[in-house]
Amino acid sequence: MKLELRGITKRFGSLVANDHIDLVVEPGEIHSLLGENGAGKSTLMNVLYGLYSADEGDILLDSVVQKFKGPGDAMAAGIGMVHQHFMLIPVFTVAENVVLGNEPTGALGILDLDSARKRVREISDRFGFDIDPDAIVEDLPVGSQQRVEIIKALARDAKVLVLDEPTAVLTPQETDELMGIMRGLATAGTSIVFITHKLREVQAVADRITVIRLGAVVGDAKPTDSAEKLATMMVGRAVDLGVNKKKAVLGSTGLSVKGLTVIGDGSLKVVDDVTFDVRGGEVLAIAGVQGNGQTELAEALVGLREPSAGKILLGDLDITDSSVREIIDAGVGYIPEDRKKDGLVGDFTIAENLMLNKSFGPPWAKGVQIDFANRDRLADELIAEFDVRTPGRETMAKQLSGGNQQKVVVARELGRDLNLFIASQPTRGVDVGSIEFIHERIIATRDAGKPVVIISTELDEVTGLADRIAVMYRGRIVGIVDASTSRETLGRMMAGATV
Amino acid sequence: MSTASNDSFARVDARVSYKTPIVMAAFALVVGIAFGLFGKPEAVTFQWSNPEDFIHIPDFVVASNLVGMVVGVILLIIAALAFVRARAARTTPLWLNLIFGLFAVVALLGWLAAGNNVPFAFILGNAVVLAVPIALGAMGGIMSERVGVVNIAIEGQLLTGAFLAAVVGSLTDNLYFGLIAAMVGAALLSMVLASFAIVYLVDQIIVGVVLNVLILGITNFLYSQWLSADGQNSNFPGTFDIIPIPGLSSIPILGPALFESRITTYLTYLIIPALWFILFKTKLGLRARAVGEHPLAADTVGINVARTRFWWVTLGGVVAGLGGAALTIGSVGAFGRGMSGGQGFIALAVVILGRWHPFAAAAAALLFGFSIILRVWANQVSPGIPTDFITMVPYVVTLIAVVGFVGRVRAPAADGQPYIKG
Amino acid sequence: MNADSQPTTWSTAAKEIVSGGAFRAFLSVILGFIVGALFMVFSNEAFLNALSYLTARPTDALGAGWTAISDGYLALFRGSIYNYQADNFVAAMRPITETLRFAGPLIAAGLGVALGFRVGLFNIGASGQILFGALAATWVSTRMTLPWGVHLVVAAAVAIAAAAAFGALVGFLKARTGAHEVIVTIMLNYVAAGLLTFFFRQDYLLREADGGGTPKSDAPAETAQLPTLFGDSFTLHAGFLLALVGVVIYWWLMERSTIGYRFRMVGHNIDAARTAGVNVSRTFVYAMAASGAFVGIAAVNQALGARAGLTPDLDGSIGFDAITVALLGSSTGPGVLLAGLLFGAFKAGAPAMQVIGLSPEVTGVVQGFIVLFIAAPPLVRAIFRLPPPQKSTVIADWWVGLRKKKVAK
Repeated sequence: MKLELRGITKRFGSLVANDHIDLVVEPGEIHSLLGENGAGKSTLMNVLYGLYSADEGDILLDSVVQKFKGPGDAMAAGIGMVHQHFMLIPVFTVAENVVLGNEPTGALGILDLDSARKRVREISDRFGFDIDPDAIVEDLPVGSQQRVEIIKALARDAKVLVLDEPTAVLTPQETDELMGIMRGLATAGTSIVFITHKLREVQAVADRITVIRLGAVVGDAKPTDSAEKLATMMVGRAVDLGVNKKKAVLGSTGLSVKGLTVIGDGSLKVVDDVTFDVRGGEVLAIAGVQGNGQTELAEALVGLREPSAGKILLGDLDITDSSVREIIDAGVGYIPEDRKKDGLVGDFTIAENLMLNKSFGPPWAKGVQIDFANRDRLADELIAEFDVRTPGRETMAKQLSGGNQQKVVVARELGRDLNLFIASQPTRGVDVGSIEFIHERIIATRDAGKPVVIISTELDEVTGLADRIAVMYRGRIVGIVDASTSRETLGRMMAGATV
Repeated sequence: MSTASNDSFARVDARVSYKTPIVMAAFALVVGIAFGLFGKPEAVTFQWSNPEDFIHIPDFVVASNLVGMVVGVILLIIAALAFVRARAARTTPLWLNLIFGLFAVVALLGWLAAGNNVPFAFILGNAVVLAVPIALGAMGGIMSERVGVVNIAIEGQLLTGAFLAAVVGSLTDNLYFGLIAAMVGAALLSMVLASFAIVYLVDQIIVGVVLNVLILGITNFLYSQWLSADGQNSNFPGTFDIIPIPGLSSIPILGPALFESRITTYLTYLIIPALWFILFKTKLGLRARAVGEHPLAADTVGINVARTRFWWVTLGGVVAGLGGAALTIGSVGAFGRGMSGGQGFIALAVVILGRWHPFAAAAAALLFGFSIILRVWANQVSPGIPTDFITMVPYVVTLIAVVGFVGRVRAPAADGQPYIKG
Repeated sequence: MNADSQPTTWSTAAKEIVSGGAFRAFLSVILGFIVGALFMVFSNEAFLNALSYLTARPTDALGAGWTAISDGYLALFRGSIYNYQADNFVAAMRPITETLRFAGPLIAAGLGVALGFRVGLFNIGASGQILFGALAATWVSTRMTLPWGVHLVVAAAVAIAAAAAFGALVGFLKARTGAHEVIVTIMLNYVAAGLLTFFFRQDYLLREADGGGTPKSDAPAETAQLPTLFGDSFTLHAGFLLALVGVVIYWWLMERSTIGYRFRMVGHNIDAARTAGVNVSRTFVYAMAASGAFVGIAAVNQALGARAGLTPDLDGSIGFDAITVALLGSSTGPGVLLAGLLFGAFKAGAPAMQVIGLSPEVTGVVQGFIVLFIAAPPLVRAIFRLPPPQKSTVIADWWVGLRKKKVAK
């Protein structure tokens, strides 16, 4: 099926998220939509999928103008979508999820789950997925959940399949498998829109590339174009893809983790006998596919999760059983992976957010009162030093862009004297300008002789920042290797292979 | 925070929780010691059926403290059973809890009625009638919360239903009109809740409380300004007839208690299983639960979240309104000032206690109905005992249950969350 | 600031005012009174009679309607603000003092509920906390003999401490077990009511001397009574002053102190608070204790402001009215103060409305509609075509500038 978007415009208040976007996807083509975070890719796809209604422009399928009132219409017209955040009901079974909204029923609207199971098995077998239709979705690994999403789209006979950042949760090898599946679907005649910001994947699988920036189409590109050219189109200026850093000057051991084990919800060892050291002046990156225990490891290090075994030493100080506050007071800075949930209070002002973990004493507080004069002065200083673009310190955090929100978090954590800095997904959902800034600050912290732990699922970020890389798989550290290790080796480790 | 997926990590032995067996053992000891060892030696007569019943089961006469002893031992055995299960890292099933509760109740009855009768059919029958408004309120609550709208306004819906049933029933001289008016009125109230919650995205708990205040204000005003002056015409509806169901009503013990009742009670018997069936076996129910768990996901497969929520909440109002009618024309007839008296809040607790499941909620509602009749009956058979404490029993039981057993039970994931569409 | 920018600044400021919460609260009150007027009119017999011949003489119906409204609200005014029909000064001034007396416990309990809202906790348990506090206060005030002054202070402190403890129990149960505070507080309301009734029924506990079967306590000892403020002609007592002190403490706690800052942090984003080193469980306990302590001031009002024996309905509807007070006052100290005064006036005005044959319950209707409009800002905005909330901070800037005595750039 041929998909055409003509002059799609979508505004949110004064913000133009999509500005007269044109796009043509031929039948059986894999068409990449390339753009950095916040460029408007997801908005465009939500318009296509009927979740948003466009302010201007038309959607055409096989040259017929479509009017989508909701996702139901889009699906009926043959559009399927695999969302970046899976649209699955965690407590439902695979079969229930696959048929939801399109349920086979008997008399009186009674569910016919048998035919639903049959449908799942059929598609599963056709594409070699190993999915049990009666499994509860929340019990499945992330990779399988993504396959459920694909089955869901195929079960509705999708002729146009949109994949929104599908590789974020996959190992390099799983990514390769997914690309194989995409190829197979395209050969069978399905048109595929592949949304991503990762140049490597675009070059590997796309037939054609459309680059968008700041809500508008910048131009088309070919997969054979160089990565530098694609990056320049995407960002709008020459980008240095690497991170500049001097050779590490190692100090004494700053963090020492010994046999750390954390039990997650549901009696699983989400962190399983993890041991590593980080020395002052070095960056240890923890790599791995999302959901292999990195989050829980970071939370255990900062006291948010109670370890069931093992030791955490900060220099000579044992912080294994310390509270979050004690660990903060011991000089541990922490950037949580989900800043909206864990890092910021959206309804607080920037000034209030900058003192989030500092309300227990001077200089931000005086006795049991907030020291407003000091607070305002310090907030202004941090806003300037960390280049937070805001009308002022009284602006609500939720009104800032993702990049500026993250700078507020970074300012709060790096704006004091640290003995250890832990950053989880420090640049997720952040624009390229802010990414560069945040990377610089992280390296500056390392060069100031602090031990730094970075947790990231972005292999580029890991290899760029790290001095050493620890790869996590199913709660265990598979190995700790040098930063110069090849992507292929890292990829195999992320899938569980030991070095 | 990403939740790690299950089959990818090494497992550890599940942590063993002895909370349930410990609470059970404590209860068993209280029963055994208070009702058994220090119980009263007088005989107690358990009357299973009325003499005029079709099949008459002879009375069972036994010493009160013996009942306490025996039940205490049985309860200890159940607690031991729960302990064994807990050691194997298994939870205590609901039915074991229910059996435990049932025996505890028998011991309480035997202790209260020392030297007197326990009219089983009378107690059960009244408990059912008293449980009807609570159960229907709870079903309305479940319908609303399963699609993700917290309904604190059950109290207001019961009051609306009670008021309209009595007034419309009186004015039209037709109780069925009253019944319909009750359902429509409460449904309209639900529509206000639904539109505030869905359209205006107002905090659902707050809207619910506000609606309760509003309805209390309006019915109080109309009652004092109008009904109390003109009661003969406007507040004298009478009640539905009691219709024994042929056959079923002659079942021993249960028949007279359950199947000699009013239409409101029979409707309740129908609504509870019907709701269960619709929720868990049909397309409508699957979609409703999807909306309550993950509205965005439901939206992406073409389910209209706002419409689904609106209609489920509204129909929940219909059911709760029926519960309100049960308070007046299904029970005492005339409307009284603020007569729902907190039963809507009890229904709210019942929803949680019943884990958003129609059958479990119905059982919890029966517990409250039972406690109300127990208080009345205990005053008659055993005037010396402090009934204020018996009054507190169901609330304390609910507290213990909420705190001890269902504290971290999983509500529909999107319960109380507005769905904002781009 | 140059001259050209003046008009824009002014219109921006005006926009901020009309889109702001305070202005909307004011409109909600007006709307509530209008709806209340409709209820008065349509339950008025003269009006309904005139309605039957509306087409013949419509002025009759209009006249009767107007009379019903004006009679009703004038009675409310006479009963709650100033009785212009009174023949002496004391009688004329009594209504306003009655309003203040009724407002005292409403303000105090409103502060307690408001504090809960700010921490993300919905404290429906004000009624139980009042009863528990009053139970403790009554024990001190009727069963203990202490010197003048000391007796009152001890009784009040014990009441506040008891109410705070009852509140803290809720916070503890929530923190420990995850039980929802709405359910816990509702259940504890019933438990407190049962407990108080039990105590008031047993002669060896708190039943009044030679009392009958009905549960009732003795009047508080004179040494433990809250003193009247304006002599014996007025019943207004020092409980109102306690409520005012409560407002100041509340404002300081929530806006200036670090613990209030952490309360609000937990209220807005519990995960971020935990990540920032705040002990959320402990914060729940502290917050519910603080909430209970403010409600305890209401218990002091009810238990020690009384001159006669207490009965188990001593909380009246204060527990639930407190929720509406907190909502109308948007959980700020000054807001709760004003809302409490308004609802206090409603209570004080009741007898005067009764006298003219209007059910005072109409104030319940007004009250209900006011909070309905408060609860739905978009509704009021739609009715009055108000602009949406503004992002500009002209007024805030002006205020900050004023505070710092700095010249704007």
